[in-house]
Amino acid sequence: MSTLTHKLRRVFVWELPVRAYHWLNVLAIVALCVTGYLIGNPPGIMSQSEASHRYLFGTIRFIHFVAAYVFFFNFVFRIYWGFVGNKYANWKNFVPTNRKFFKEMWQVISIDIFLKKNREHISVGHNALAGFIYFFTFIAFLVQCITGFALYADMSHWWFADAFIWVSGIFGDNFGLRNWHHATMWFFILFAIVHVYLVFYHDYVEGRGEISSMGGGWKFIEEEQFEKEHKED
Amino acid sequence: MTNHPTRRPTYYEELRGKGYSRRDFMKFCTTMAAYLGLQASGAAQIASALQKTPRIPVIWLHFQECTCCSESFIRSSHPIVADIIIDNISLDYTETLMAASGHQAEAAKAKTMKDYHGEYILCVEGSVPVANDGVYCCIGGKSAVDILQESAAGAKAILCWGSCACNGCVQSAKPNPTSATPIHKLVKGKPIIKVPGCPPIGEVMAGVLIHMITFGRLPELDRVGRPKAFYSKRVHDTCYRRPFYDAGLFVETFDDENAQKGYCLYKVGCKGPMTYNACGAMRWNNGTSYPIQSGHGCFGCSEENFWDNGPIYRQMANFPGFGIESNADKIGIIAAGVTAAGIAAHAVATNLRKKKLIHNLVEEGKEAEKEL
Ligand code: HEM
Ligand code: SF4
Repeated sequence: MSTLTHKLRRVFVWELPVRAYHWLNVLAIVALCVTGYLIGNPPGIMSQSEASHRYLFGTIRFIHFVAAYVFFFNFVFRIYWGFVGNKYANWKNFVPTNRKFFKEMWQVISIDIFLKKNREHISVGHNALAGFIYFFTFIAFLVQCITGFALYADMSHWWFADAFIWVSGIFGDNFGLRNWHHATMWFFILFAIVHVYLVFYHDYVEGRGEISSMGGGWKFIEEEQFEKEHKED
Repeated sequence: MTNHPTRRPTYYEELRGKGYSRRDFMKFCTTMAAYLGLQASGAAQIASALQKTPRIPVIWLHFQECTCCSESFIRSSHPIVADIIIDNISLDYTETLMAASGHQAEAAKAKTMKDYHGEYILCVEGSVPVANDGVYCCIGGKSAVDILQESAAGAKAILCWGSCACNGCVQSAKPNPTSATPIHKLVKGKPIIKVPGCPPIGEVMAGVLIHMITFGRLPELDRVGRPKAFYSKRVHDTCYRRPFYDAGLFVETFDDENAQKGYCLYKVGCKGPMTYNACGAMRWNNGTSYPIQSGHGCFGCSEENFWDNGPIYRQMANFPGFGIESNADKIGIIAAGVTAAGIAAHAVATNLRKKKLIHNLVEEGKEAEKEL
């Protein structure tokens, strides 16, 4: 490609519910990681005030539980949207169902990870590798929700949380539950670091509006590319 | 209860024979009703049952254990508790406390098992080693495995005293050389009640027995088979230091000012939030104290695998496979560092390998900017 100018086509990729889900998820996960970390490692405080005047740890835990409910129902909503949303939101983006999926994954690995010289991978929605990794994040969501609600069951009188009580048998009672719940937090943190970096990477290398797409929902692809994808489908 | 040689005396008759007044007896019934969380009429129910029911024979076996359960039991707050069960009233066999020994004792046990087949209560203290055909625990020439199976066959119900019998306790900690096994994994098809703890609280043990005698059936059990009356709450839920926990005021080290002030012991490893037991509500030694009141965190003695569940004086478990001082956070921080380094390397490599691509994008953009 020389320095010819491209005509770009605007594609509406992320619908409002997907974008709302995304940012709500970010908020909830940040809140959960911060408060969760504090629950596991409470700050040392020397205080002259009476315990009856303070409720710091109680508040931290309260925020964790509120965020947990937001996180859970948001997640449930996203699964629903995977069946009724547009094609970029569909569940098939996350589960490898055919050979094409694996072929594309390999392409992405060679171009974006092993950095094949001056090549770029063009995909409008999620690329196959990203989709597949999101599949694992959904598994982590599930693990975190199941272990979290199982821990929560004894603090709650709502049947919904109590319904998770069986989980503690699998993870070896509350000790095991806690340790798994805590360790899984690090998956979220590592994922977030890599995820944010890759968004910047794609925006930088491809110039198609990757970063802003989660704001307005738009991505921009070249006319030629648009025609090509159009024919393929 | 038909072919017994003589009519067995009731509990009440036995107690009167031992010199307890009716008043003592009623006090005892009231205490028990309170421990069991029964309604006001419960005391009368217990009294009536103990006056009518002939004593139920009890066989109490000791396997891999330290006898702390028996010790706890005989110290339960009301003297009648010890008398009613231990002091020859009901206890037909128990290695540590019976008067008989040797063949005599074994014969007494065999007789009870025969005469009261299907009626006696089997109490088991200790786990059973199953490795190498059970040679690690033999009594009277028989292995613990065989003794258990034989005694369980005619039992009405099995009471597992203490963590050993309920979940294997310390001897089943990794690597568990003798394959110490809890009772519920060895005996099938019998009602089993688990009363875990190292040891369990004496009053809890007495309460469970009295419940069986009074109502003739098992107390209500939770999902793991523990009586709900005593194990449905975490130590943390009834802990008197809980306000400090909620306030975020923690003991940092055992000799600091916060420890003197009686703050919450969470940061020095208290496992109360994960441990189901009645210590906070009933306490020990006639309600005198319990570990947390004495300034030491709960270490979860009534929970399965409590020995393998990480350090006693820290909250978080060691991460398996990463050495002694590793916990999830330390490994997580290292992993985050490695990830950041990987990202930096990738960013540099991108600029080198995709130079032309990026250059074209920039040029295209600049051109447009100039044209405007
Ligand atoms: C992104 C998701 C989540 C993360 C990163 C997270 C993180 C954490 C962490 C690190 C802890 C401290 C564990 C320890 O003691 O070492 C914790 C505790 C806990 N979390 Fe979560 N959590 C998440 C989601 C949830 C959900 C969905 C629930 C459901 C109710 C939940 C309920 C709990 C409960 C009940 C505790 C124990 C609090 C206590 O002991 O008082 N968490 N969480
Ligand atoms: S001392 Fe232990 S049981 Fe008591 S409030 Fe603190 S953490 Fe909970």
